[in-house]
Amino acid sequence: MAAKPKLHYVNGRGKMESIRWLLAAAGVEFEEQFIEKKEDLEKLRSDGDLLFQQVPMVEIDGMKMVQTRAILAYIAAKYNLYGKDLKERAWIDMYVEGTTDLMGLIMQLIFQTADTREKHLALIIERATTRYFPVYEKVLKSHGQDYLVGNKLSWADVHLLEAILMVEECKADALSAFPLLQAFKGRISNIPTIKKFLQPGSQRKPPPDDKFFASARKIFSF
Amino acid sequence: MSGKPRLTYFNGRGRMEPVRWLLAAAGVEFEENFLETKEQYEKLIKDGVLLFQQVPLVEIDGMKMVQTRAILSYIAGKYNLYGKDLKERALIDMYVEGITDLMQMILMYPFSPPEAKEKNIESLKERATTRYFPVFEKVLKQHGQDFLVGNKLSWADVQLIEAILAVEEKIPTVLSGFPQLQAFKVRISNVPAIKKFLQPGSQRKPPPDEHYVETVLKTFKK
Repeated sequence: MAAKPKLHYVNGRGKMESIRWLLAAAGVEFEEQFIEKKEDLEKLRSDGDLLFQQVPMVEIDGMKMVQTRAILAYIAAKYNLYGKDLKERAWIDMYVEGTTDLMGLIMQLIFQTADTREKHLALIIERATTRYFPVYEKVLKSHGQDYLVGNKLSWADVHLLEAILMVEECKADALSAFPLLQAFKGRISNIPTIKKFLQPGSQRKPPPDDKFFASARKIFSF
Repeated sequence: MSGKPRLTYFNGRGRMEPVRWLLAAAGVEFEENFLETKEQYEKLIKDGVLLFQQVPLVEIDGMKMVQTRAILSYIAGKYNLYGKDLKERALIDMYVEGITDLMQMILMYPFSPPEAKEKNIESLKERATTRYFPVFEKVLKQHGQDFLVGNKLSWADVQLIEAILAVEEKIPTVLSGFPQLQAFKVRISNVPAIKKFLQPGSQRKPPPDEHYVETVLKTFKK
């Protein structure tokens, strides 16, 4: 009997959150082992558990997988969230790379000082509303289907919902010019596995606060 | 008749170089459309051919593909350089992601200020010799095979040799502690399609120079 995947990361979103989303969307139960102090990370390193000395690390199917994208691609393929052929996979990859860039911008908030934070938030909103959201709005408009690719839930849909919610945490009305994305958000949020993940008590992590930033800085030494 | 893949990018390495390497390794002929002016770039955006307003752009099999990773995954999948099953793909993905992190340092180097350049070379040397090369040295030692994954040439091998050569350009002795990688470098360089790519007159681009940096900065200047 296969064990549940086991996620090694700090107790917060960071780079592991997309993985929690995807496993949850796929209906896969998982365990978490939280890195709470620097020594925890150092032990993982000295035990040889981290291929490139970094987390996220996910123990899954006998592998100690690292590198977020590699982990996500493996989960997507294993649980049929990666399209039906090479071309659908190509579109999913392109869309996911876009939302990754957008969420990457949001993750950089941790590096901002009091001075640079406002400007960075403005950049996030500008990029979201002029570079990224218009693309997905247009994709949904062009085929009129419920999902981004192949008329079926895929990694791209899960990733986009995650990105939308993150941007809305920065600016609540970020979707105001995007009616199809608003409908998409409603639709995907109501998929039973995702609905469950969005409820209190799930393994979804809250937005990072200053306390989290401080703890992460100490653990990762930056 | 579908044409050859068509690459749109600057006349230099940048983010397109891994794509040139992979197509070349797969024995696939390709055309190149070089970006030389801001106006050209703005026209591409205006014509709506850049999904997220960014290059690289690769026109292939009727798609206008963007996002380097998506493009590389598609090429690897199409030309059987992506392993034989999900687990081999997972290994290839992990290795490629690690190498990409290392290459990122090289990518950014020409754009770093003069006073930071020496320190950046030191960081590059440290990362290459303590975080990345030891991993691949160990992988090759452990299975004793010619290629990183599945006893067959894959995207991971092509990405690794590109990285080795790029780091060696900055730090000529960098492989001195890595006998397996030295042998790997020779072996992979002698794969006929790769040997051809390494010869003068191929579409491989030279290391970035001042003209390249100027062109990129001018094109993206707001």
